[in-house]
Amino acid sequence: MSSPNEPAGGPEKVQTPDPDRSAGPITAVPVRYPERWVAAGFILLLAAMFVHMLFTNDAFNWPFMFGNMFSEPVVRGVWVTLSATLLSMAIGIVLGIVLAVMRLSGNPVLVSVSWLYTWFFRGVPRLVLAVLFGNLAILYATIEFGVPFDTYIMAAFGLEGDLRFFSIDARTLLSGYTAGLLALSLSEGAYMAEIIRAGLQSVDKGQTEAAQALGMSRAKVLWRITLPQAMRVVIPPTGNETIAMLKDTALLAYVPVTIELFYQLKAIGTQSYQVFPMLVAACLWYLVITSVLMVGQYFIERRFNPSQNSVRNRVVGGAH
Amino acid sequence: MAEISENPVPPGDADALVVADNVHKRFGRLEVLRGIDLTVKRGEVMCVIGPSGSGKSTFLRCINHLEKLSAGRLWVNGELMGYRQKGGRLYELRDHEIAAQRRDIGMVFQRFNLFPHLSVLGNVIEAPVQVKRVPRAQATEKAMELLEKVGLPDKADAYPEQLSGGQQQRVAIARALAMEPSLMLFDEPTSALDPELVGEVLDVMRDLAEGGMTMVVVTHEMGFAREVGDSLVFMDEGVVVESGDPRDVLTDPGHERTQAFLSKVL
Repeated sequence: MSSPNEPAGGPEKVQTPDPDRSAGPITAVPVRYPERWVAAGFILLLAAMFVHMLFTNDAFNWPFMFGNMFSEPVVRGVWVTLSATLLSMAIGIVLGIVLAVMRLSGNPVLVSVSWLYTWFFRGVPRLVLAVLFGNLAILYATIEFGVPFDTYIMAAFGLEGDLRFFSIDARTLLSGYTAGLLALSLSEGAYMAEIIRAGLQSVDKGQTEAAQALGMSRAKVLWRITLPQAMRVVIPPTGNETIAMLKDTALLAYVPVTIELFYQLKAIGTQSYQVFPMLVAACLWYLVITSVLMVGQYFIERRFNPSQNSVRNRVVGGAH
Repeated sequence: MAEISENPVPPGDADALVVADNVHKRFGRLEVLRGIDLTVKRGEVMCVIGPSGSGKSTFLRCINHLEKLSAGRLWVNGELMGYRQKGGRLYELRDHEIAAQRRDIGMVFQRFNLFPHLSVLGNVIEAPVQVKRVPRAQATEKAMELLEKVGLPDKADAYPEQLSGGQQQRVAIARALAMEPSLMLFDEPTSALDPELVGEVLDVMRDLAEGGMTMVVVTHEMGFAREVGDSLVFMDEGVVVESGDPRDVLTDPGHERTQAFLSKVL
């Protein structure tokens, strides 16, 4: 068991510090980086010019912006945006789990259905989906619940009529907000399915075996062992998805959803010929909400890394 | 559908806990097990040795049906593993039925496979609480007893990644014991450990054997096999080459292949 670095002389030669050699701290002239100072000065100059422009260019019209940024319809728009973000993410995550489990199930029908779903909803732009769902009422005037192919079945028995139990007017159900929410949720489900599938596949196979050996059923293994461990991998991209979703709620304006934040800000801007201040207000609102969501993500990530909390041996959440 | 051997003998010996009858296992064209006949009696400690690729781990995984047999039959505690026999035909068991059969069989893996998202205590009570529906308080009490038994009572709140390999493996043993199994399977439990940590795991296993637990141990620890094992099985190329009392087999192997293997490892 001798290490390959050991000198041929053998182990009897023990290294001892030489008393004659200096052990004083090193004093040397550090390398200077003048080009860094030049670059920093240049950037500071640009920043100063930008700030100067913010204060002197009348197009910003700051008093008007702040006067309208917190007006009642805009604040309501913020809540609509926030609720649409959280709801569509919640539905998207549930859909994503179902689709990911279907994709990994090994049943050819479930696998293909999941694949087709992902293919469609990832392939069509969200803007197109939003408009499409806003116009879905053209396809169905009413939405009815009953036995599938009922008219054929009744005809086969020589009867007239149908087997429908209740119906809803599609224009009521698929009104702006619901239609837009549906479009965003279904689209998100496709992306979440891929994220969750990657998370589930990242969990070591030995975990499943150990859980099975303890007598856990497949559903229990998924719910108690695989899924919680997949969360560590799933949460950071899900945070990104949530922030992307927040921004995509602006697409609701095209469904159209008139109570939504961006729609309201644009409307105020157009009516008062103050388009630019309201666009700046939109930037500020989205930045504020994004920052709040990022704080939320930090705490959720900590929650799903319990061992790191107790050890505190790593920088948590620094990378995102 | 698996090919099943022609004689549907139920295990005759009342003392037998595991009965393997002509067990075959194929992975594609590779035949890993080529007809294993074995009986493990209640309270017996059987050690299985052999070169890597001899099929010993695969056989162990067939016992709790982590691997499906390609042919042959295997009974544990008088129950046919993985199938139900009715009117001369075999029916595959459902997922929850196989899970129920596995509850009685504890397994310890080479790479520990502790659940990293749960604390040591969480690992040990997970299956009793989730599978057997034991009340949490009662499961915790039992878990603390087991952690005491494996010498880790003060690690209950630690997480697996904070433990050494030897400590992790001892937790894994406690986790398996928490289900109160009648049979324990060990798949090279010390092979992934640093040499100085092997002893602490073997000590726990020795205690378990002295307590009367039925154990099947796939191992490279010949010392353990000699001192603790009641029987020794030497496997090579998917068959049992030789079996018998460990002291006899290890000191005076009757088969050429056994001699060749032992000359390399002893």
